[in-house]
Amino acid sequence: MRNIQILTERKKQIYHKGEEAFEIACEKKSLAGSVSQRACVFCGSRVVLYPIADALHLIHGPIGCASYTWDIRGALSSGPQLHRMSFSTDLQENDIIFGGEKKLYQALVKLIDMYHPNAAFVYATCIIGIIGDDIDSVCRRVTREKGIPVLPVHSEGFKGTKKDGYKAACEALAHLVGTGSIENKSKYSLNIMGEFNIAGEAWTIKKYYEKMGLDVSAIFTGDGRVDKIKSAHGAKLNVVQCSGSMLHLAQIMEKRYGIPYIRVSYFGIEDMSKALYDVADFFKDNLQITKKTKALVRKEIVAISPEIKKYKKILSGKRAAIYVGGAFKAFSMIKALRTLGMKVVLVGSQTGNEDDYKLLRDMCEDGTVIVDDANPLELSKYCLEKKVDLFVGGVKERPMAYKLGIGFCDHNHERKISLAGYSGMINFAKEVYSSVTSPVWQFVPGRSGAYKI
Amino acid sequence: MKAMTREEYTPVRNACKLCSPLGAAFVFKGVANCVPLLHGSQGCSTYIRRYLISHFNEPIDIASSNFTEETAIFGGGANLKLAIGNIIKQYKPELVGIASTCLSETIGDDVELMLRDYKKNDPEKKQPEIVSVSTPSYSGTHIDGFHAAVRSIVNSIAVKGSKKAEHINIFPGMLSPADFRYLKEIFNDFQTDDVMLPDYSDTFDGPLWTEYQKIPEGGTAMKDIASMGNAAASIEFGRILAEGESAGKLLKARFEIPCFSLGLPIGINETDLFFDALKTITGNPAPEKHIKARNRLIDAYADGHKYVFEARAAVYGEEDLVVGLASFLSEVGIIPVLCASGGKSGHLEKKLGEVIPDLKNKEITILEGADFMEIGEAVKTSNPDFLLGNSKGYKLAREIKKPLIRVGFPIHDRLGGARITHVGYRGAQHLFDTISNTIIALRQDDSPVGYTYM
Repeated sequence: MRNIQILTERKKQIYHKGEEAFEIACEKKSLAGSVSQRACVFCGSRVVLYPIADALHLIHGPIGCASYTWDIRGALSSGPQLHRMSFSTDLQENDIIFGGEKKLYQALVKLIDMYHPNAAFVYATCIIGIIGDDIDSVCRRVTREKGIPVLPVHSEGFKGTKKDGYKAACEALAHLVGTGSIENKSKYSLNIMGEFNIAGEAWTIKKYYEKMGLDVSAIFTGDGRVDKIKSAHGAKLNVVQCSGSMLHLAQIMEKRYGIPYIRVSYFGIEDMSKALYDVADFFKDNLQITKKTKALVRKEIVAISPEIKKYKKILSGKRAAIYVGGAFKAFSMIKALRTLGMKVVLVGSQTGNEDDYKLLRDMCEDGTVIVDDANPLELSKYCLEKKVDLFVGGVKERPMAYKLGIGFCDHNHERKISLAGYSGMINFAKEVYSSVTSPVWQFVPGRSGAYKI
Repeated sequence: MKAMTREEYTPVRNACKLCSPLGAAFVFKGVANCVPLLHGSQGCSTYIRRYLISHFNEPIDIASSNFTEETAIFGGGANLKLAIGNIIKQYKPELVGIASTCLSETIGDDVELMLRDYKKNDPEKKQPEIVSVSTPSYSGTHIDGFHAAVRSIVNSIAVKGSKKAEHINIFPGMLSPADFRYLKEIFNDFQTDDVMLPDYSDTFDGPLWTEYQKIPEGGTAMKDIASMGNAAASIEFGRILAEGESAGKLLKARFEIPCFSLGLPIGINETDLFFDALKTITGNPAPEKHIKARNRLIDAYADGHKYVFEARAAVYGEEDLVVGLASFLSEVGIIPVLCASGGKSGHLEKKLGEVIPDLKNKEITILEGADFMEIGEAVKTSNPDFLLGNSKGYKLAREIKKPLIRVGFPIHDRLGGARITHVGYRGAQHLFDTISNTIIALRQDDSPVGYTYM
């Protein structure tokens, strides 16, 4: 692939392990003209708050941002489905000139009367500050008039990266936390954070904790409910997954309520078990919890082991590429793929920081390429150079993998298959197996043995 | 007939429209060796890429000038320059197609002026062509961005050649790759050359790659776009489009190229008008192959007419698509009881009147500027047998337990959105078979005995 040239400004964001001294630039704004796989601040806020199912999510701005995020996540709710609606103030040219506050107010009042949500989030899109709308004051007014929390989310697309959007979402959530009752909260309760209940994953995790003898106070934000979030400060521990998105809220809660947090991942046998053991360790004054945890982990691993072995036999030695939003997920993916006997040769993330990349470096073998905020050209270049058999990523990477005749596993928030927990590991193995070993790849042009008509 | 538009302000609930930069990106992807560049936040490009990828299942690169807070304060000139430079370095395109966004328009960035400055530094014209189109998301919908981009490209690139050529310009509008391939086949069968703009038949529906393609092969060649200025005639689809500014009208005004402004050729009546135009322009008779296809189609209409007669359809999508589909439905005896669009040109009712005989006295509801919740409310009284439109109507179809027949864009919940043929006799054949069989299947499933003959 000599014809793919890396832009000079991008070279520092790519590291070849074993070939050069470690140095990787990250946490930068995306380079103009480089086709970043990242989205924007708004996207960060929207994905974090999206699963709160009994809240109204109103997007203040022109129509696009609302259209492109309608029903976009696979985040399931056990009750209300309001989060799957797309609401927009649909600002028009006149509003750009005269301001959109009046429309925002009318929209909120109408929608609250129509749907009776327990809270409302108002997302500011790019132009809101520029046209001078004071969404904070509109939100305060509607809060007063309607008696539910109406929270502004300062998610103007250009004001940073997706990470800043996570932060804005956490700030909005922080306004809710602490406003509910914490009477009768158990000594052994925790909040699940950074788990969005894609394909019911939060339910799987919640069941594990309950089997350990713990109470799950609130889930941020999978199958989320406003009341649970309001009372979340009654929990004794915050267990944070996908640390990029929720760490900020965990830190606020630690400062404000003295609730400690630990970081976990629920992907792969290794990290899933570690998560449960770490949580049990926190509640170690209760020996029952430790005992139950050990039994649970043992039982689950024994249950899935034969099937995992079957897949491992077939997948051993295959080569994988990983490109995900947050680096934390990449750590788990590397381990999970190793469980299947596979080797990771390319790994990257949209939003990793230096510590993340150092850890990735330590985890990877020589010859692995590590990329920050990569573009499709770079990903393709290294997929071909490293002769990758499987790509783990999101929808935007999928067609690229297929075009190159590479198997693909969707690990993004749009997927419909649960990949978390022990049952999720089986699903993951099946996904990988069904793509990597499909007979359709025999027809990939240029591949050895492919018939040429 | 009942025409409804909103009077007091209501927020949009589940929009039946997208923003204008998406339409422009569609068009730029249909020009050979072109990279689209959205002048705005990173999210605009990424969201639009994802939206297109989920329909086409193709890698779709759309660059961004990636605004920061400083950009929003001091203007996007520097970022735009940097973006163009990086695109040229990485992709070596022949054309960079720039579309503005709500952000760049609101802060008052004058992209045309910036480009004039940029081009000053390139007196020898070594750089690729750059075309820009103004697509503020707060005005119009994706279809307006689409047509505006076509017009901008023609405006910048088409030139008057030394002698009159014989080829025909075709501005097909936002159809599928399968439609585009079929249209080119028709031109070929008429033994005439065409220049179609845009043409994403290959770029949005291409083969696997033996090696990485920075810009997928295909698209209208830049030299062909240049030659649009001396074509024998232009054909432009869209009865709604005919009411506004368009590339065909621009070529007519500037180079006196006759413009045949037609409806989307969906169904026999509208396709006949298209074939008549081709006969007039080329002087050739309709090719035998297509006459036969038309005859088979009429034969199928006869075979199936009773199953579809007075069936009720709810149709939604871009206004021109709705008009085209309504024309087809009417000619086979199906009543388009609800015709809805997120677009708001103000011409929908009149244009439907042109294709639906005696519209005024028919029980048809027309919704302009509608969202899916309004369509859902209208459906309660219109009581359709099926929905006809893009996949975003699925939620509604599921709620009212009626089948959704997927056409247009986007189709995010099925494979093959790129391979649906809507236009011409072939498209009508596909639509007629699909709709008839859907209705027949419903009756079969509803039957207590489950008969095995129709």
